Amino acid sequence: MDQKTMKKLVESISNTVKNFKKSEVECLIRLFHSLVERANVRLNNFGLDRNAFRAILHSVFGMTDDMLMNRVFFAFDKDNDNCINAKEWVKGLSVFLRGTFEEKLKFCFEVYYLNGDGYISQEEIFDMLKNSLHQQSSEEETDEGIKELVDITLKKMDYDNDGKISFADFEKAVKKDKLLLEVFGPCLPEAKVECQQLKLVKGTF
Amino acid sequence: MKVGMLLKQLDLHLLNHSLKHISLQICLNPTTVKNDIELLKHFSGKGEQTVLESIDYTSDYEFSNGCRAPPWRQIHGEICYVLVKPHDVETLCVTCSAEGVFLNGGKTEDEGEINYERKSEIYKDLVTFLKEKSAKFSENMSKQDIRFTEEWKKENEEPKEIPKKEEADALPKAFLASSKNILEKNQINFGKTQMTKRLEPSLNWKATVDFKEHKSLLRDTQEEKHGGRLERAGPPVSPGRAQLVRKSAEKIEEILSDSSSENEEDEEPPDHRQEANADLPSEYWQIQKLVKYLKGGNQTATVIALCSMKDFNLAQETCQLAIRDVGGLEVLINLLDTDEVKCKIGSLKILKEISHNPQIRRNIVDLGGLPIMVNILDSPHKSLKCLAAETIANVAKFRRARRAVRHHGGITKLVALLDCAQSSAEPAQSSLYDARDVEVARCGALALWSCSKSYANKEAIRKAGGIPLLAHLLKTSHENMLIPVVGTLQECASEENYRAAIKAERIIENLVKNLNSENEQLQEHCAMAIYQCAEDKETRDLVRLHGGLKPLASLLNNTDNKERLAAVTGAIWKCSISKENVTKFREYKAIETLVGLLTDQPEEVLVNVVGALGECCQEYENRVLVRKCGGIQPLVNLLVGINQTLLVNVTKAVGACAVEPESMMIIDRLDGVRLLWSLLKNPHPDVKASAAWALCPCIQNAKDAGEMVRCFVGGLELIVNLLKSDNKEVLASVCAAITNIAKDQENLAVITDHGVVPLLSKLANTNNDKLRRHLAEAISRCCMWGRNRVAFGEYKAVAPLVRYLKSNDANVHRATAQALYQLSEDADNCITMHENGAVKLLLGMVGSPDQDLQEAAAGCISNIRRLALATEKARYT
Repeated sequence: MDQKTMKKLVESISNTVKNFKKSEVECLIRLFHSLVERANVRLNNFGLDRNAFRAILHSVFGMTDDMLMNRVFFAFDKDNDNCINAKEWVKGLSVFLRGTFEEKLKFCFEVYYLNGDGYISQEEIFDMLKNSLHQQSSEEETDEGIKELVDITLKKMDYDNDGKISFADFEKAVKKDKLLLEVFGPCLPEAKVECQQLKLVKGTF
Repeated sequence: MKVGMLLKQLDLHLLNHSLKHISLQICLNPTTVKNDIELLKHFSGKGEQTVLESIDYTSDYEFSNGCRAPPWRQIHGEICYVLVKPHDVETLCVTCSAEGVFLNGGKTEDEGEINYERKSEIYKDLVTFLKEKSAKFSENMSKQDIRFTEEWKKENEEPKEIPKKEEADALPKAFLASSKNILEKNQINFGKTQMTKRLEPSLNWKATVDFKEHKSLLRDTQEEKHGGRLERAGPPVSPGRAQLVRKSAEKIEEILSDSSSENEEDEEPPDHRQEANADLPSEYWQIQKLVKYLKGGNQTATVIALCSMKDFNLAQETCQLAIRDVGGLEVLINLLDTDEVKCKIGSLKILKEISHNPQIRRNIVDLGGLPIMVNILDSPHKSLKCLAAETIANVAKFRRARRAVRHHGGITKLVALLDCAQSSAEPAQSSLYDARDVEVARCGALALWSCSKSYANKEAIRKAGGIPLLAHLLKTSHENMLIPVVGTLQECASEENYRAAIKAERIIENLVKNLNSENEQLQEHCAMAIYQCAEDKETRDLVRLHGGLKPLASLLNNTDNKERLAAVTGAIWKCSISKENVTKFREYKAIETLVGLLTDQPEEVLVNVVGALGECCQEYENRVLVRKCGGIQPLVNLLVGINQTLLVNVTKAVGACAVEPESMMIIDRLDGVRLLWSLLKNPHPDVKASAAWALCPCIQNAKDAGEMVRCFVGGLELIVNLLKSDNKEVLASVCAAITNIAKDQENLAVITDHGVVPLLSKLANTNNDKLRRHLAEAISRCCMWGRNRVAFGEYKAVAPLVRYLKSNDANVHRATAQALYQLSEDADNCITMHENGAVKLLLGMVGSPDQDLQEAAAGCISNIRRLALATEKARYT
């Protein structure tokens, strides 16, 4: 990519993403391109597809849960074209690495509600928590345990008692106890990783 | 008429009823204690299963009344002393008395005497006491309980055939007695019926058949319930009570018939833990469920469980103990050892809350929680550090925990936390991070405050460089921060090293500044720290120079907060040791206020107020002031107290006032001298000495002092006998008092009759300059009567006196020279002095600038010389 297009891209992204300095944005774009090149030699595509992105989430940010990584992918992919472009990449990372509490709150909620109705439903919670208990003696028992866990979560977070968690519910609960930010599974880089990545952004490029 | 009779009946009924009540609360007697001990012996020995390692009486001799305590202790109600060696703590020396069981001062190694003073709270019996002191004991005791119960059940299957066997067997007795404990705890009617049911086998089966059936049915349910409870610690056992219970059982039978219909609801468990469960089972089960998720869930499930556990009222003991009882503590502590930051935070948040409970603190330490928390202090995660430090602050409230923190290097790490506020000053986004760093430092200070209650930790904090950091933090203006910082400093200021450092680090300045804060707790700790540090003269001056005296004086006017008042008066006391400070205090009208505080205040305040007045009254103007404010009456009134420190201060203050003849009149009128004199009988040497010192100005300034002193029956004999004391301060003060008493010829005659001369002579071989001085003065006074001069010679007091002249203290020289001058009137004494080289020493003192010394030395030399001349003359003629 030549200097000019690069500058333009940086300029346009910087207008929307406030958490990074311009130089940092440039670094991230370069990083993005190198990652795209590595992943898409064959496809000649201008973006990261889901598999490539998941690989990055796993290797760089230490995430392991496939389902959640998918959901993070969808949260990154704002225009729903199954592919993350440079802008989405920088934007997503700005929440990932420098996000304020509010931004992270929003991001997590987006990751957790999947069907797009703006609520996290009981079934979705069950889905997300179904691997959270170590295998007990029988499948039934484990299911029972998870159901109870779902009830506990709803009891804790569903303030308006409608059997699902709205953004307002989520916000209220998380503000009361920040530990609940990633209540249904890790979808943000760990604090440790976060620090390393920040250094990466600053230093390496 | 009828109504009257009914009322009378009701009265009788009530009386009987309450009598039965009272008869159940019988205090310990020798038999019960003996039985208790015999039974415990039965279950003691080496090995894991026994309840104790050993239990023994201190004395083999048993008096006819069953007591083993010596007769003079029996009048205090004490029955015997027992040496108990539990598995997990050191040997306890225990007093069993009629009031209950408590820890005494222990057996002293050398003499084998027991220090009878009470060192712990009183427990109602030996088993309760041991349960409190030894965790191992209560654990094993509960195991034993199960055994008791099993056997008891077996026997219950055929109670009708062998009711006698019951009595022969100690174990069921034990269990019966335990039901009595339940009863005592509950103090309600229901409990009685329950007990009676259990007592059933030992009753005489007078009851009708269907009554029996009814009861056996009840018993079944009882057993069922009981079986469920046995998993946890069983009820305490005090077997010795069995007989008593049996006696009262028949009385209770009556009540049984009244209330047997209600007895389904009476299952009140004796143990605290069970009580908790029975009250709030829902919370208990919910917590148990959550702990299950902690055990079997991944990070996500764990965090959810932790968060919802936090929603319980963790300040409530029920929840605290529920968490422990379902094994939650182990899991929470294990979580601290994982890599999951969120789990650690969640777990610490809970531990922080529940560690307000003393039992939980001990459990956390037992489970090895402290080393892990100490490690977390190294974490880069700030909120983790904070939580760990706060939890440590809660847990380290007892000695073993504080030691554990130190042994795992916690002190150094905590001190390092204090450093955060400084190092983070440079980065760009400081505002946000700054607040968090301050928080870290605050939590560190909080933990250090808890830890600083033990001596070794104070040392460790100092060695880790904590003082400069604390001094730095003291400059901040966050009240939350200042309180733990000043608290730590105040705690540590008990050590000399710290006081020096506090002076060097210019901490006093900031302490004074914070005296002006709005926060009462902060004021209190600042005043307390000043109180600790103001033993040192320079510090006292610093307090004045930084303007600390004024706020102290004005804080005196607010008397509602007694803790703060105690700290403030303490600071004033210590500061008023310096004369300049006293002048300031007078300026601020603090002395009047102090006099006003002499009444209606708690002892801690009084001690300090009186101490301050004692210092202030060293000056003439203040003495007048105290008299004019009516301070003498309350001071004299305080002479009848029992608090040792208070008495020392009061006697000093009264003594200081007595220097003024006018005040002396008031003291005399209020019978203050007699009160002082009776304090000579006080067991504490400090009080004795202080009282004797106070008597000196009293005798000097009282009108007709000789007559006054003679009036105290046995008083002179008492004071002469105090010369047998082995406390140097007492001896010196008594010598001084005797010097004053001996000014009156008649009194001198009396004390001579009481043998003052040999007693004084015996003291002559001392190296203590204070004693030497007053002893020499007393000797020189006592020479003025009869053949006392000769007697001092006979009792060999002269030669040691001569050696006093080699002392470095000018006061000793003067007093000794005067004594020698008096003694030299006797020829034999002159010879002794000469033999001991007195002449040369005295010759040197003739040139002293001190006129009295000059005169006495010269007089003594002239006496010696004259004798020599006379002898020579006699030889040649």
